[in-house]
Amino acid sequence: MVDSRLAITPYFGWDLVRVVQELFHYTFMQHAYEAGTIVAVSAGVIGYFVVLRSLSFAAHALSHIGFAGATGGVLLGGTTLALPGLLLFTMSAGAVMGALGQRLRGRDVTIGLVMAWSLGLGLLFTYLYQGAANLAIGILFGQIFGITSQDVTVTAVAAVATVILVLAVYRPLLFATLDEEVAEAKGVPVRGLSIAFMVILAVAVSEAVQVVGVLLIYALIVAPAAIAERFTTRPSRGVVVSAILAVLFTWAGLTVAYYLPYPVGFFITTIAFLSYILARLVAPTLALGRKRERESLAREEQALHSP
Amino acid sequence: MAPPAAGPVIVADDLAAAYGNRLIWQHANFTVDAGEFVAVLGPNGSGKSTLLRLLLGLLPPAAGSLQVLGKRPHRGNADIAYVPQRRNIDRDLPVRGRDFVHLGIDGSRWGVALGHAASNHRRVDEAIRSVEAQAYADRPIGHLSGGEQQRLLLAQALAGKPQMLLLDEPLASLDLRNQIVIAELVAELARANRLTVLLIAHDINPLLPIVDRVLYVAHGGVAIGKPAEVITTEQLSRLYDAPIEVLHDSHGHMFVVGLEAESAHHDG
Repeated sequence: MVDSRLAITPYFGWDLVRVVQELFHYTFMQHAYEAGTIVAVSAGVIGYFVVLRSLSFAAHALSHIGFAGATGGVLLGGTTLALPGLLLFTMSAGAVMGALGQRLRGRDVTIGLVMAWSLGLGLLFTYLYQGAANLAIGILFGQIFGITSQDVTVTAVAAVATVILVLAVYRPLLFATLDEEVAEAKGVPVRGLSIAFMVILAVAVSEAVQVVGVLLIYALIVAPAAIAERFTTRPSRGVVVSAILAVLFTWAGLTVAYYLPYPVGFFITTIAFLSYILARLVAPTLALGRKRERESLAREEQALHSP
Repeated sequence: MAPPAAGPVIVADDLAAAYGNRLIWQHANFTVDAGEFVAVLGPNGSGKSTLLRLLLGLLPPAAGSLQVLGKRPHRGNADIAYVPQRRNIDRDLPVRGRDFVHLGIDGSRWGVALGHAASNHRRVDEAIRSVEAQAYADRPIGHLSGGEQQRLLLAQALAGKPQMLLLDEPLASLDLRNQIVIAELVAELARANRLTVLLIAHDINPLLPIVDRVLYVAHGGVAIGKPAEVITTEQLSRLYDAPIEVLHDSHGHMFVVGLEAESAHHDG
């Protein structure tokens, strides 16, 4: 596949129509854009809540646990069982993490150990499965250019389902995230939502694995949301901005990877990383916050001393 | 919204609270009338927050019966607003105070907000105005001072148009001036909205001008009455089953002496 891309010299220039024609000339590129876009939207939407709920490490761990599931599935029944294995492992782990709820916080050592063990298991499964080096690389770093039209359909269904589910629980999820005690008193099923959220996240992570792989998941789920949170203090906008950024990163990564003979995962993560650095420089929320905080205290002092 | 019923809105009859097998307090008999402002006092760990949890329906009574607004307590009662003990709001939380207030109106509804947008925004504005927080309601809530956050959390509670307000240590970690300002604000809002208020506090003094009665939780029991009736050497010594002395200064402030040792003993 890589060879077929290098065989001709692809056009790149100011004629944007021709560039787009060029990019969508091959079926594998069409599929990559289709799957990449849907996955990015769902990753961006759920990512906003991942960052707000301080669950980015848990999301990262989920993908690693998925590695054991995907390789285990392949070992048992060939490559068709990779996705079911991935989903089974991430969703079960997600349900357990969700049930732990608030107690998940500060459990970095436990999560990290489960994560390392899962990678070890995956290593064993790939070793037992003959000729599995490519398989492991594909799961670890993504295989977006190898996606079939059937994969695109499955991914689309899963991604649309995750977005719809997040929107369906949007307000109580936000309430439980920002103000758990009051939400509970107001009748929000805090624990149930925590489990539901982690299971939805598990599905989103499993989709994203196809694009950026197990190891690079941060770039699609955490980076866009973390950047969005520096630019808006409105949750509804944060979700939208996060989804748009995730799509832009994916498109940019796919486009650059089409022209340059280097892996797409490298480009998507690089774009995400550089954007985050840029966002920190452009919107130094922290510094602004400290200044505001001082103003706030001064205002309060003044209010107290005025008659 | 139905007008608040006259007469008692909270009726506790031989009520007991327990976490599992651990009894917190028992034999509590008291009523609270509509529109009353009650301060809930007592040493750490005596079960003040537990009382609020019972009223909210988050914890079932271990014994006896409890009626709130004419019904048995149940979770998700829209007529009761709750401001929990001051949470440490993450400084970098990228959410405006206004969004917190909005949750008080529709936070427990499923889905995304589609209809009612304009009327809900009006209600949010109204709640923010009522606590005089217009100047900073659009800032990230983590950047605000303790007093400002407390006002917005109060606005969140009021936005749901409740009949009863349960506040857990709203004055903790505020300086003395701010304690008085917030306490007076709560009293004013309670009067304006005809709310029944139960407010947990550590120190009765900032509340003396505004409370109707105090509910003292200590040593596994509960006592209720006017401050001058309950916070006395005799009453507290009987409640604690230990020598307690109440001192008065020239401004009428009350100081309870002998509590520290008891509270340490109680928690230990």
